[in-house]
Amino acid sequence: MAVKTGSVERLVGSYHAWAANGASRAPVWLKELRAGGIARFGELGFPNMKQEAWRFTSVAPIAEGTFALAHPPARLPSLVEIQPFLLGDSGHRLVFVNGFYQRSLSTAVADTLRVQSLADALAEDPDAIRAHLCRYAATQDRPFCALNTAFVGEGAFVHIPAKVSLADPIQLLFIVTDENVVMHPRNLVVLEREARASIVETYASLHHARYWTNTVTEVVAGDAARIDYHRVQRESPRAYHVAATETHQGRDSTVNLHTVAFGAALARHDLGSVMAGPGGTLILNGLYLLAGEQHADHHTTIDHAADHCASHEYFNGVLDEKSRGVFTGRIIVRPGAQKTDSKQTNNNLLLSADAHADSQPQLEIYADDVKCTHGSTVGPLDPRALFYLRSRGVGEDAARRLLTYGFAAEILGRMEVAPLRAQLDAIVRGRLAGQ
Amino acid sequence: MAKSKVVLEVKGLRVAVAGNEILKGVDLTIRDGEVHAIMGPNGSGKSTLAQVLAGHPAYTVLAGAAKYEGKDLLDLKPEERARAGVFLAFQYPVEIRGITNSYFLRSALNALRRERGEPELDPIDFLQFLEQKLQAIGWDDAMMNRPVNEGFSGGEKKRNEILQLAVLEPRLAILDETDSGLDIDALKTVAETVNTLRSPDRAFLIVTHYQRLLNYITPDVVHVLADGRIVKSGGPELAQELEARGYDWLRDGVMVS
Repeated sequence: MAVKTGSVERLVGSYHAWAANGASRAPVWLKELRAGGIARFGELGFPNMKQEAWRFTSVAPIAEGTFALAHPPARLPSLVEIQPFLLGDSGHRLVFVNGFYQRSLSTAVADTLRVQSLADALAEDPDAIRAHLCRYAATQDRPFCALNTAFVGEGAFVHIPAKVSLADPIQLLFIVTDENVVMHPRNLVVLEREARASIVETYASLHHARYWTNTVTEVVAGDAARIDYHRVQRESPRAYHVAATETHQGRDSTVNLHTVAFGAALARHDLGSVMAGPGGTLILNGLYLLAGEQHADHHTTIDHAADHCASHEYFNGVLDEKSRGVFTGRIIVRPGAQKTDSKQTNNNLLLSADAHADSQPQLEIYADDVKCTHGSTVGPLDPRALFYLRSRGVGEDAARRLLTYGFAAEILGRMEVAPLRAQLDAIVRGRLAGQ
Repeated sequence: MAKSKVVLEVKGLRVAVAGNEILKGVDLTIRDGEVHAIMGPNGSGKSTLAQVLAGHPAYTVLAGAAKYEGKDLLDLKPEERARAGVFLAFQYPVEIRGITNSYFLRSALNALRRERGEPELDPIDFLQFLEQKLQAIGWDDAMMNRPVNEGFSGGEKKRNEILQLAVLEPRLAILDETDSGLDIDALKTVAETVNTLRSPDRAFLIVTHYQRLLNYITPDVVHVLADGRIVKSGGPELAQELEARGYDWLRDGVMVS
């Protein structure tokens, strides 16, 4: 489908209006970043299905839709209204509504440990941001990332100093209340050496509105740091969700990146992981649970740039009705990244004859002493497993639900934050009971 | 001595899979408390008999009948058979991703308890119940929090089948080549557990290719199945004879019963 150039021009136009107005007080380096972002987006335009990275996903509904740059909400949701998306009151929490930081709903901190809005952090300590911002999320051939960079300003900034370990998860909650708007949240999470933290980044809406989220998160794990990063996409079923999560790992660091996609009419999530120092460990653990005409595309790239790193990637898709799941798992093992241990699996469960899954592993191995395995499956429930359960007294419908639940539970079971696991488990059970 | 009640009565059972007739008229009567062994060469139909009694949908019954507790067994869905007290220990237990053994067992047990009009067990009550069962058979709970059969060794899978038997307490337990793939120590463990589960109100149908399992579980009756028919039945000594002489002497239309 051809994309009207008008929509690109409109977005470029809205950038210039925004840059000249509210964003004009930014430091020069930031203005240059933004200008570079919009210039690149202008050159690239929206992707099309002739491009390898977009073979199975058309962004025409986004490119042809009209979305106004979001405004702060006219009415702020109450704490009660956002409670279903939170995990209790312990730990730091940043809440954004229509992309704008809401101090009254948040519990920020800004001393040696920083959990605050990116806008506040840019005002107080721009150099801490400058060292990392836009260093990991490449914009060269990624128009949505370039567009997000053009609008960098709102989002979360988390900085955990060396050797600091946080017990409670930090919650970053992005809530949308308005119709026909676009938001470009930008998050930066930096763990210094030997720091440890757990983060839950959630996208949700209070109404079944139509809107577009275009978000980018950069996560830096310093030497021997450990981060458990959880990403929960519960957007409105009419929403468009485009996202990039980029992690960059130092020596002997651990990144456990969990992602679940329940919402959005159309979702595209790029997950890029660079293992830059030797001895790193990465777990990429993802679930997409889709129905109706939902389309979710996960595009993962694990870059083994150093030796003795291990990456384990597990993505399960549960696809009902006319939904479609796309998974691309690219693994690059650079020359010299010896003793790499990489394992990738993508299993897709088709609950309907009209559901569809595309699964494509892409292995690029330039070192010789490595262990790389991958496997993917696409198919209906295993009739042998169904009979096994029935032979134990479980009725046919209950057996189907149990097997389907197991597909999701396998992914949720790897998450260590118990209240989050319980929250997601309840969503999965609710979805299966409604089917 | 008055004979105990008949649990299973199979008459003239003919069964096909994918258009091939596998069972060509099987007759079999099992009473409460009895242990029957079915032996026979590969391809004789032993596993088909086990699976068809459990209700595997791939098999078509061409003729004959199977009555369980006097009711038509073949008319029941697999889950209805299980709830009525029929249990099949699978030759190839199936892996179930994402579901822990403990959760699976509780789901199965509660399905049975609902059928019997008993209250369902919550996770805490179930764990207590399970602990008792595990203690009774002398096993630990190492397998309980792992996904069902996933990454289990061959021996662990078979042990897991027997654990399910212990938890679900069936009236008719069918063991389909539970001994295949087991080393001698695992075989002994499984056999000892089966022996502790023998009771006057539980019957066993043990399908096996080898006689060695019957060194540890003494059957009341041994049947030889060849080419889809039971060609000989006898006492435990028949198993010894088969071990010594093989199956060939029973083939080629030799019918002794």
